[in-house]
Amino acid sequence: MAAIKVHGYHASTATVMVLCCLNEKEVEYELVLVDLPTGAHKKPEYLALNPFGVVPTIQDGDLTLYESRAIIRYLAKKFQGQGTDLLGSTLSEEALVYQWCEVEGQSFNPPALSIVSQILVVPMRGGSTDEAAVEMNVEKLEKVLDIYEERLSKSKYLAGDFFSLADLQHLPCTHYLVNACGKGDLISSRKHVNAWWEDISSRPTWKKVAENMKFG
Amino acid sequence: MAAVKLYGPLASTATSRALACLLEKQVEYQLIPVDLKKGEQKKPQFLAMQPFGQVPVLQDGALTLFESRAIVRYIAEKYAAQGTIGLLGKSLAERAVIEQWMEVESQTYNPPSSFLVFQLAFAPLWGIPQNQAEIVKNEKKFSKVLDVYEKRLSESKYLGGDEFSIADLSHLPNTEYIVKATGKSELITSRKYVNAWWEDISSRDSWKKIREMSKAGNKK
Repeated sequence: MAAIKVHGYHASTATVMVLCCLNEKEVEYELVLVDLPTGAHKKPEYLALNPFGVVPTIQDGDLTLYESRAIIRYLAKKFQGQGTDLLGSTLSEEALVYQWCEVEGQSFNPPALSIVSQILVVPMRGGSTDEAAVEMNVEKLEKVLDIYEERLSKSKYLAGDFFSLADLQHLPCTHYLVNACGKGDLISSRKHVNAWWEDISSRPTWKKVAENMKFG
Repeated sequence: MAAVKLYGPLASTATSRALACLLEKQVEYQLIPVDLKKGEQKKPQFLAMQPFGQVPVLQDGALTLFESRAIVRYIAEKYAAQGTIGLLGKSLAERAVIEQWMEVESQTYNPPSSFLVFQLAFAPLWGIPQNQAEIVKNEKKFSKVLDVYEKRLSESKYLGGDEFSIADLSHLPNTEYIVKATGKSELITSRKYVNAWWEDISSRDSWKKIREMSKAGNKK
């Protein structure tokens, strides 16, 4: 069987979300570089795969699929029964996984990604960090993390006592916040969020991907 | 008494998204209004169900669930055998494409359209000053997104393929407001395939029912 092709960039949060999931499910893949710094994602070749011009896009046989959160849900279902179980064991557990996946996508990611973008990406493109925007998004994220703190004081992982897609979705952005944006205190100041972060970020499936998260 | 309870005001796009799915699947439900103007969603009773203080919330037996798109997926899976069949596709690959367009709605369609709906339909009602520069920016963004939809829908009757799915359903609430309440309906109606798709999905019984319920609610 041909390996799954992942068109993406090794430092892109959305790309590494998919790579980590492939590792969790023990699925072979080939990373095909889409060189974001040179605008490869906006060229006709890539737009033919993904008309929104964002990474990643996967090819699995005849299926071309984009949107990292849709991709990982597909992988979790297709490879149910091998590697780590990422969807819980009952319909209700799966529903809670979807709930916390949505929380990540709707409430955590917007402020977190804005912070990462302002601190890491904007200067790389020759611009300067908008400190007011960073402060505003830090405030937003603090409120979200207070709710996570309460949740994680009652539950080992977000959806329940099992690691799932919901926790996995948080790995890429949080990695940058802690290791490249100087915002580690957001995590370390919250006892249960910190314990959860230490746990999920020490997974070997994640570490393999994290070590390549450098731009250029 | 219906086992399934949905908490939220009908006027909320997230609430009507969840309700549309309950209607498509012909699930008996009870819609319990939440008064956002009075801040009911920020009171301890509500926060105990939904700690982010947002609508809607679903209760189905022992399960309490929030986030409208998660509710939609859960209802479509749990009640797969009744109501509209095929909302999740008929194969893993079909489901994957449906999920892709669910995510496009969530990450790419929703932000600019929500912004426009808030600024153009609600801000004037609530005496909040509009941000013209941001309106222009978001309209441009939304137009570019709709151009991609136009191409997709010229090749495929529905977003996920040949059949109506939760991907199309997810778009109903925001699009309704764009077309009916922002003065920017031409964003949809000027695009041949997007318009045809909109006419089709918004004339489904489930959405007609929600429109009726909204009218009845507004007559109070």
